[in-house]
Amino acid sequence: MHLIRYNEIVAERVGMMIVEAPYVAEHRKAGQFIILIIDEFGERVPFTIADADSKEGTITIYYQIVGKSTDKLSTLKAGDFIKDIAGPLGHATEIKKYGTVLCIGGGIGMAPLYPIAEAMKSAGNRLLGVLGSRNSSLLILEDPFKKICDEFLLFTDDGSAGEKGFVTHGLEQFSSGGKIDLVVAIGPVPMMKAVSDMTKVTGIPTLVSLNSIMVDGTGMCGGCRVTVGGKTLFTCVDGPEFDAHEVDFDELMMRHKTYRKEEAESHELHRHKCRLDGMI
Amino acid sequence: MNKEKQIMPEQKPEERIKNFDEVSLGFSSDMAVLEAQRCLQCKNSPCVQGCPVNVNIPAFISKIRDEKFLDAYGIIKGTNSLPAVCGRVCPQESQCEERCVLRNKFGSVSIGKLERFVADHERNTENVLEIRDTEKTGKRVAVVGSGPAGLTAAGELISMGHDVTVFEALHSPGGVLVYGIPEFRLPKDIVHYEIDALVRAGVEIVTNRVIGISESLDDLLEKYDAVFIGTGAGLPSFLNIPGENLQGVYSANEYLTRINLMKAYMFPEYDTPVIRGRRVTVLGGGNVAMDSARTALRLGSEEVHLVYRRSMEEMPARTEEIHHAEEEGVIFDLLANPVEFLGDENGHLKSVRCIRMQLGAPDDSGRRRPTEVEGSEFEIETDVAIVAVGNGPNPIVQRSTPGMETSRRGNIVVDGRTMRTSKKGVFAGGDIVSGAATVIEAMGAGRNAASSIDEYLKTGQW
Ligand SMILES: Cc1cc2nc3c(=O)[nH]c(=O)nc-3n(C[C@H](O)[C@H](O)[C@H](O)COP(=O)(O)OP(=O)(O)OC[C@H]3O[C@@H](n4cnc5c(N)ncnc54)[C@H](O)[C@@H]3O)c2cc1C
Ligand code: FES
Repeated sequence: MHLIRYNEIVAERVGMMIVEAPYVAEHRKAGQFIILIIDEFGERVPFTIADADSKEGTITIYYQIVGKSTDKLSTLKAGDFIKDIAGPLGHATEIKKYGTVLCIGGGIGMAPLYPIAEAMKSAGNRLLGVLGSRNSSLLILEDPFKKICDEFLLFTDDGSAGEKGFVTHGLEQFSSGGKIDLVVAIGPVPMMKAVSDMTKVTGIPTLVSLNSIMVDGTGMCGGCRVTVGGKTLFTCVDGPEFDAHEVDFDELMMRHKTYRKEEAESHELHRHKCRLDGMI
Repeated sequence: MNKEKQIMPEQKPEERIKNFDEVSLGFSSDMAVLEAQRCLQCKNSPCVQGCPVNVNIPAFISKIRDEKFLDAYGIIKGTNSLPAVCGRVCPQESQCEERCVLRNKFGSVSIGKLERFVADHERNTENVLEIRDTEKTGKRVAVVGSGPAGLTAAGELISMGHDVTVFEALHSPGGVLVYGIPEFRLPKDIVHYEIDALVRAGVEIVTNRVIGISESLDDLLEKYDAVFIGTGAGLPSFLNIPGENLQGVYSANEYLTRINLMKAYMFPEYDTPVIRGRRVTVLGGGNVAMDSARTALRLGSEEVHLVYRRSMEEMPARTEEIHHAEEEGVIFDLLANPVEFLGDENGHLKSVRCIRMQLGAPDDSGRRRPTEVEGSEFEIETDVAIVAVGNGPNPIVQRSTPGMETSRRGNIVVDGRTMRTSKKGVFAGGDIVSGAATVIEAMGAGRNAASSIDEYLKTGQW
């Protein structure tokens, strides 16, 4: 059992949770994730570790409320418990001095991106940052991210914060400004794909972190499989980061839809029950 | 002598495909005694030679005959730490029961069913888990993986007085026994009972811990005097044919894990979903394929096909599973092989295209090699396909341990007697060494490794 220390909505339909997981806090590296099971009925849901405090024995995760599990997460309060937390899982990001590193975050993708950006900065890289979301109410981690970037650009689809436009505009602006040695892009799949398509043309090595549907997260089920460079790989143990230029993003988007029907059904039932219980 | 084989009562096929309860209901005491009376108590006991861990079969059967069920239990436990499990899942027909002298004329003594009876009797009525007070040696052993190999090693080591910590990647210990083999064949309560017993005996079990990611084997060796690796053959093989990543194509591991471990059969009460296809096609012919097909029926699928490239004779699954699958209405498409998965414009699986096969000359495995019959392709309409064509070794520990010898296939190489790996202080056994095999062999390996670890801890010699 893992005690929740903090759990609040920090942006539109985005929650942030600080939860006790001393082992994970001590061993995690940037780029790794956990799998949590909320309660006895819970599914195994992966979340990237956005931050950790090994002294306090806590980790921080951000979650977008999209289905039953994240809805359930959002109703938990400080003092409640999470049944299981497995991890850290997956490969850590290869942190070293590349030169100039451009980190591009879209929406909730900012949560996994931030620790990577931080580590890249500490490794002596010049850090460029682009953050984008649909509107200003969806932004997370903008201030701390801005603080560690040598240069920073903010975009929203509707112009409610920063410039009006997409993160790809930021990529264009920075690309014309000088040499970029590595791009790290984390966000919705269409965003990562758009970035990847552009950097492929300009030949900038690009890393993406994939959020495939997972079950065990230990390489045992193959549910998280993705096609990378024509080969089938498992996101949980071969990734979650991959060379963007080799990833079959269309297939990933298609596989993301696998449980649309089941999820809608289960989420609706859950909300119905909650309404009956007077919770929402 | 009583020659008539006792028939174990079972749930009727039409009833049982609507539930996940155990299919076989077990012998009553009377039936067990009658069945035990059939045993001829052969002096040379061929059955014992057929058992991978050499359970003293005539001795335990003779105790059943005398209605000394607990004594019978004690005899089995002497060499087999999980009798309730093995009585249910061992391939007896190719082990002990194959050698029974009654086999050809009257049918073998139902050794597996008697083993099961004895273990169930202990669990349900006597409940005499002994906890021996052994003198502590002060040595610490880490066990990686909590399948039958790891659990057996842990049980042996704790009874030898060593401190034992088991690290398990998943949230629930038991390995394939909890995530793979379905409830209707092996009720999970039995597995939990055995694990509880280990915990009560002092074994520490740490779940949610993947060794090789957060901590390496070398990290463990700093804290423990020896390490046993029993990480199993959990890496699912795929067919590598077009369309395999469509929505609705599962590895058997994923399908069974969703349903057994995560209880997707009770979705949406439980949160984990699984696609309930109206038509389901399973690809493969082993126990894993049978379990998948029978599970699909229980999820309410109207038509379940099982496509296997050889004939019924070559099927590696336990005879009882094949028989149960047939009874329950699984449609066997034998001598056929999948060549492509076809989907609709949204990426949902629609059908699997197969080709007919014929059997040629025997291959390395001694089984006749199947070859394609040209131009014989056909399609099976299906919403869900389950790929059950084998599992490879779990690669995480090997990948993260430089200097540990592995085979070409990635299995850990050990000395067959001592179960020592090429790395000092590290032992391995079970499917991670042998490749996907059986529960009893994994247990046997765990047992051998434990005595070898004990010797190493006492002498310090490698
Ligand atoms: C569906 C199915 C049906 C089967 N039916 C039968 C049957 O009827 N009869 C029979 O005899 N055999 C059967 N088998 C085979 C049998 O289950 C296996 O041979 C046996 O379980 C192997 O035991 P093991 O201890 O070596 O490994 P496993 O049971 O595979 O256990 C390995 C454990 O190690 C854990 N692990 C892996 N990597 C790590 C890591 N890095 N860190 C920590 N933990 C890790 C895994 O999560 C797992 O819990 C079946 C197998 C399957 C999949
Ligand atoms: S989530 Fe099961 S293999 Fe990756």
